[in-house]
Amino acid sequence: MADKITLEIPRYSPERDTEPRFEAFEVPVHKEWVVLDALNYIKDKVDGSLTYRWSCRMGICGSCGMMVNGEPKLSCATFLSSYAHNGNKVRVEPLRYFPVVRDLVTELSDFLHKLKAVKPWLIRQQEPPLSEGEFLQTPEQLENYKQFSMCINCTLCYAACPVVGLDPVFVGPAAIALAQRYNKDSRDQGAEERIAVLAHPEGIWGCTFVGECTRVCPKHVDPAGAIQEYKLKAALHWLKSFVTPMGRTTKDVRHEAGND
Amino acid sequence: MKQATINETPAYTEFHPRWYRPHVSVYWWLGEWHYLKFILREISSVFVAWFVILTLIQLWAIRSGPESYARCEHWIQSPVVITVNVISLCFVVFHAVTWFNLAPKAMTVRFRGQRLPDILLAAPSYAMWIVASGAVAWMVLR
Repeated sequence: MADKITLEIPRYSPERDTEPRFEAFEVPVHKEWVVLDALNYIKDKVDGSLTYRWSCRMGICGSCGMMVNGEPKLSCATFLSSYAHNGNKVRVEPLRYFPVVRDLVTELSDFLHKLKAVKPWLIRQQEPPLSEGEFLQTPEQLENYKQFSMCINCTLCYAACPVVGLDPVFVGPAAIALAQRYNKDSRDQGAEERIAVLAHPEGIWGCTFVGECTRVCPKHVDPAGAIQEYKLKAALHWLKSFVTPMGRTTKDVRHEAGND
Repeated sequence: MKQATINETPAYTEFHPRWYRPHVSVYWWLGEWHYLKFILREISSVFVAWFVILTLIQLWAIRSGPESYARCEHWIQSPVVITVNVISLCFVVFHAVTWFNLAPKAMTVRFRGQRLPDILLAAPSYAMWIVASGAVAWMVLR
């Protein structure tokens, strides 16, 4: 294993630059170092002005997503040593398709607006009295949505999805997966409120099933699966409303959206 | 302080920094195999359409009489059409495999509380494909 590795990082300062310019930093390679360790080394020892987001350093907070040699990765979960054979160079860039605020920091307002639009929280139409106690779930009911609940909003899936880049109004993989997380929760009654945003050309129908969102997801959420699943539900929902326009109830909508 | 007009790029301010908006190249799909594979999959629908058109041409030829069908058969056996058909077949197989593998993504089937593996859900489609191909081969080659 090489002793040193070169990190190529685009530097962008909104006060000074009109576009990013690459800077190279040589850092030592330790077996246990991840890309984030190398960035912290640069900030501590070489250039304190290098700007990037990070928090937990253990793949939970979803803050340190970056492009590492063109692949969306959590920099805290990507070993530097795996790139040591690659001419001892690794290119670390801000997540693709997002506006850049400074250096490796991306602007996330658009994603947060989209996330809010799908109402990723439990919605109840009727609240039972407190005396009935808590909402109990069987292991099967938990299993129904658990995979989608593992999303940490790291936005790697947005950086992997060409539709996000080409069609900026697309709601995007993580937001749709999180909507499905609540649609499939037995405690939720909000499927009908989400369907207008999801079953829309800017929602699930914008997805062309490239499948890259699922491949890059560090938490194995499978957003592409969530979207295809919802496409089938929405198509059946449309067909049913077309055949029996007056016959559907809220219970039907919940059932069709995967929440029995 | 100078006020920016509506057509000017706004100056940097503390609360509205100038973001750098990267440009998406027209050739974004050429750089990575995953994206190229996706584009090839999308293009495969053109070859599916070609086989539909070819079948319609054959039906039209049958309807127009034996001479017309003989001319059509001769045309289909030309090297150019054979080459196009071999390329189309590769794309159609790619297209079919992609669709069969999509089915488990769109449907979650559980058995005794456990999610069935993707391969089990895709298997019936492959089985039907093999049976249908076998039946067609038997009819054509017998």
